[in-house]
Amino acid sequence: MEFPEELKYTAEHEWVLSEADIATVGISDFAQDALGDVVFVELPEVGTQVEAGKPFGVVESVKAVSDVYAPLSGEVVEVNAELPDAPEMVNTSPYEDAWMIKIRVSDQAELESLMDAAAYQEFCESEH
Amino acid sequence: MSRLGTRGLVLNEKLLFELSDSGRKGYSLPASDVPPAQLDAELVRDTVEGFPELSEVDVVRHFTRLSTWNYGVDSGFYPLGSCTMKYNPKVNEVACRRPGMANLHPYTPDRLAQGALALMYELQEGLKEISGFPALTLQPAAGAHGELTGMLMVRAWHESRGGGRTRVLIPDTAHGTNPATAALCGFEVVPLASGPDGVLNVEDVRAKMDDSVAGLMVTNPNTLGLFESQIREICNVVHEKGGLVYCDGANLNALMGIARPGDLGMDVMHFNMHKTFSTPHGGGGPGAGAVGVCQALEPFLPAPLVVKTGDGFRLDHDRPQSIGRLRAFNGNFGVMVRAWAYLRSLGGEGLKRSSELAVLNANYIRARLEEVFHLPYKQRSLHEVVFSDKNLGGDCHTLDLAKRLIDYGYHPPTIYFPLVVHGAIMIEPTESESKQVIDEFCDAMLAIAKEAEENPELLHEAPRCTKIGRLDETRAARQPCLCWQA
Repeated sequence: MEFPEELKYTAEHEWVLSEADIATVGISDFAQDALGDVVFVELPEVGTQVEAGKPFGVVESVKAVSDVYAPLSGEVVEVNAELPDAPEMVNTSPYEDAWMIKIRVSDQAELESLMDAAAYQEFCESEH
Repeated sequence: MSRLGTRGLVLNEKLLFELSDSGRKGYSLPASDVPPAQLDAELVRDTVEGFPELSEVDVVRHFTRLSTWNYGVDSGFYPLGSCTMKYNPKVNEVACRRPGMANLHPYTPDRLAQGALALMYELQEGLKEISGFPALTLQPAAGAHGELTGMLMVRAWHESRGGGRTRVLIPDTAHGTNPATAALCGFEVVPLASGPDGVLNVEDVRAKMDDSVAGLMVTNPNTLGLFESQIREICNVVHEKGGLVYCDGANLNALMGIARPGDLGMDVMHFNMHKTFSTPHGGGGPGAGAVGVCQALEPFLPAPLVVKTGDGFRLDHDRPQSIGRLRAFNGNFGVMVRAWAYLRSLGGEGLKRSSELAVLNANYIRARLEEVFHLPYKQRSLHEVVFSDKNLGGDCHTLDLAKRLIDYGYHPPTIYFPLVVHGAIMIEPTESESKQVIDEFCDAMLAIAKEAEENPELLHEAPRCTKIGRLDETRAARQPCLCWQA
């Protein structure tokens, strides 16, 4: 199981890559492993305002349908248009090919509430 | 150890399209002795591509052979948690098929349908007595439809008092239809995490409950099979802040004759009559989802309601505050007849006994399996029990166990639900099963756990005894093939 150092994580198992005021968001390796084979991904449209802690998309696996929560508030400036047509990327490449949305972050302070890789790894181990 | 599943004569069956042969038909009509009336040429389709042509015997054999592939409650144990796949006594089927019941036209005037109205009235009164609600509608067609009816009444009640409440609290141990219902009624869903003991904590409800919240939707017992032990205080908190409590009554078969949701402080609840009170289900219905309400919600019940008059019964349509009609005519009457027959044949003591047996059976399974299978929530459950795959050896997971159970001749339990348990295995034996059947099932579960340690391939490659082996569920979902092609 991978927990890349440069990312931040949420208790809902999203990851965030923060670069200047843009945050790239996806779901973690732990999340894709727990979900099993992903068969459907629904993402918001560019321009959508997302709010930290509120769902912005849906991931459906052979086991269950789950909401994906926005780790940070802001405006969606880009979505991964290839992902809905190739949902299996969530399983094969959760941290790279299967990025979901890029958010223009409205409040950088929200980053402080996210976990770093070590804290998230510990969190995942305690979940099991 | 007995093992039901074995190789036998499994009949192969082609599709109707493949069985077809040109010119075959299943009817025989005399030659027409009147001149044909021609349709306008533009209305006539040239040919119907690939439409199957079959004789009567072809069709009878086709569907009879297909029916031998079925697995149902009448073929064996079906411990599908949350679904209450219990045996439905055949006498209730006889009752609902009696000509007076089955052939009664829904437009029959009240005075000529007194028997049916009396049955509906008695069923209504019986359900009120079981649930502790003072008023009730029989109209909704199934559980989720009952939820919709209930939440529309919650919305109407708030609107009658000025409205403005936009959110509904739903715990993570609720049935999956609850958030869908709240969303369909225009509410925003606020998830509530259950505590480490698997039940809702009153303080968590208090923290989320404010004057933007229309109410709480709670399943009791919840999908972990646990009784919401703080429910009375939780209802008080919701009421103090001006909200209502919706109870998903799908698990009522754990409570009959023991606790009444109306007495616990719930304001509205649907019954899954097809689950708790005997109707074969699982094939898409029809079901019935009666809804009981507290006095404050009574004016909003769907119209019409069956009421008692001086010398009989009539349908009361004059309900000005009603949310309106939710179902054509008076609901799925056949399901009501079965429910009535079930209530009357068991009686109060029988219903209580059936709840006691449902709870006893689930706890017996828990006790027999908990040393081998991981039990994430340890406290005594009611009518169902949820294990996880944590202790399963040989890199075997819940899905592998479920598939292997098929080889042993059982319908697998519900898996990967509720979501609060990783790799959930949710078993609901129901009150129908004997100790012998339950013991054989537990033996099979334990044998499979042993196989996982010693010979995990048996699980990874299961099912082996079925006509078709392990299906590729992922490919079926990603690239579904939904049309027949020659």
